[in-house]
Amino acid sequence: MRLLRAPAVKEATPSSDTSAPALVDAPLLRLDDVHAAYGRIEALQGISLEVRRGEIVAMLGGNGAGKSTTLKTISGLMHPHTGRIELEGHDVTLVPAHRLVKLGIGQAPEGRRIFGRMTVLENLQMGAYSRRDMAEIDADYDRVFGLFPRLQERRSQSAGTLSGGEQQMLAIGRALMGRPKLLLLDEPSMGLAPVLVEQIFRIIRDINAQGTTILLVEQNALMALQVAGRGYILQTGKIVLADTAAALAQNEQVKKAYLGG
Amino acid sequence: MDVGTLTQQLVNALTLGAIYALIALGYTMVYGIIELINFAHGDVFMVGSFVSLWLLADFFGLRGPINNPAELVGVLVVAFVFSMVVMGLVGVVIERFAYRPLRNAPRLAPLITAIGVSFILQNIIQIWRGPAQLNSPQLINVQAGFRVGSAEVHWISVFVIAIAVGLIIGLHLFISRTRMGRAMRSTALDREAAQLMGVDINTTIAVTFFIGSALAGAAGVVQGLYYGYTFFTIGFQGGLKAFTAAVLGGIGNTTGAALGGFTIGFIEVFASQAGYANWSEAIVFSILILVLVFRPTGLLGQPTAERG
Repeated sequence: MRLLRAPAVKEATPSSDTSAPALVDAPLLRLDDVHAAYGRIEALQGISLEVRRGEIVAMLGGNGAGKSTTLKTISGLMHPHTGRIELEGHDVTLVPAHRLVKLGIGQAPEGRRIFGRMTVLENLQMGAYSRRDMAEIDADYDRVFGLFPRLQERRSQSAGTLSGGEQQMLAIGRALMGRPKLLLLDEPSMGLAPVLVEQIFRIIRDINAQGTTILLVEQNALMALQVAGRGYILQTGKIVLADTAAALAQNEQVKKAYLGG
Repeated sequence: MDVGTLTQQLVNALTLGAIYALIALGYTMVYGIIELINFAHGDVFMVGSFVSLWLLADFFGLRGPINNPAELVGVLVVAFVFSMVVMGLVGVVIERFAYRPLRNAPRLAPLITAIGVSFILQNIIQIWRGPAQLNSPQLINVQAGFRVGSAEVHWISVFVIAIAVGLIIGLHLFISRTRMGRAMRSTALDREAAQLMGVDINTTIAVTFFIGSALAGAAGVVQGLYYGYTFFTIGFQGGLKAFTAAVLGGIGNTTGAALGGFTIGFIEVFASQAGYANWSEAIVFSILILVLVFRPTGLLGQPTAERG
């Protein structure tokens, strides 16, 4: 199938953070023909996409489509063997993960990956690891506890003892503590009860409304397309469809493959 | 066994255990963060004892006890700082050139490399100072002490125990309270997730090697002060016992390593006291086997998998 260009969508909520020396017209994130491989297996076969400031962009696709690999190349845990990744117009293709955090990329990874043997508070401290602005970090604890009151109740508890939903909240809260410009969410609804899924998606919307741009990877396409402005559909390491979320939700192929009819 | 002997042996056990504990901490820290049993670690301890010997005997020209308290404290501080910094740096160099290139290789590769590093360190010392046992100046008079009931407690024992306990508490505070300590723990728990928090894992692993090796360096100074000698193969046995201590306490767990060190000290001393001196090692390793069979995670170990 042909690679489709991302349709233009006007900025929803402009990011509050304008301190970085960003090129004004550049999208927050741009991937250009990114190829990445595990050994000889090419998991990404030319991914091109854009995320603009203030958007929620959904990335959908089946197992092994390359969604998590795409996130890994964006967060720097993997590097593409060809192609280019730009953050605010600057080339970050080969920047290692720990430095990208400082440049504004935060991730709540697949499977949550919280630090089970550390307390809830220590997990959040880890989220703020790359920051030195103590006063603002304190304000961000309040913000995270505002979004997730359960975490405040359990702040001194070992994170491994939290329920699945609480762990997901902690994973998202931890990523927010880095005050990211771009928040990568990998399968935030996985393994959660429907009522919790609703709650998580409501919070994703709140986080976006507070000015954080979000790239959302989901199996739950229905929910993802409800919160997202635009979406990309991946299949075996390629983008096969790119459109507004509304159009994707109406697309026959998408309905058949991801929306259960 | 009368009370006097018991007290005496208790002090001996604590002193011996303190040395094992200092070395065991390095094993357990390195295992915790990169899951490598660093077989060269015992030799880092051995090199530490030679670095301390060089500083005290060759550089300062000291031969025996220092009686002036101020001078004694000054020389001890210099000896510990010097030996710990030098060995810390040696540890960082070993990690950088021997282990980091193999970080994503199959487990067996760095393990064999560690054994290789162990031989390299032994050979370097053998070439530098020869294979014979060398006397190390005992700066603290090993005869001086005080009486507790009928037991004679030597100041050197008090000093060794205090140094070890102080370093163990310091390490614990560093790991549990500081930003770098949190980085180390998070890297040990989930390396990728730590990177996503902005942790530079290369720096963090290097710091871990620095601290672990510095503690072995401190144990090297203690070896000289307490026993008054060193030679190029003491790292093998000391290392093996300390490794056993780390496993006994639950490898990867620093409190466990300290506890394991003292436990082994007790087993050894009381086995000797009971008349089984020749059997003390057999007893130590039998207990290790029993622990591994009935409690594979060690005394304080937790199951490793914890992602959900």
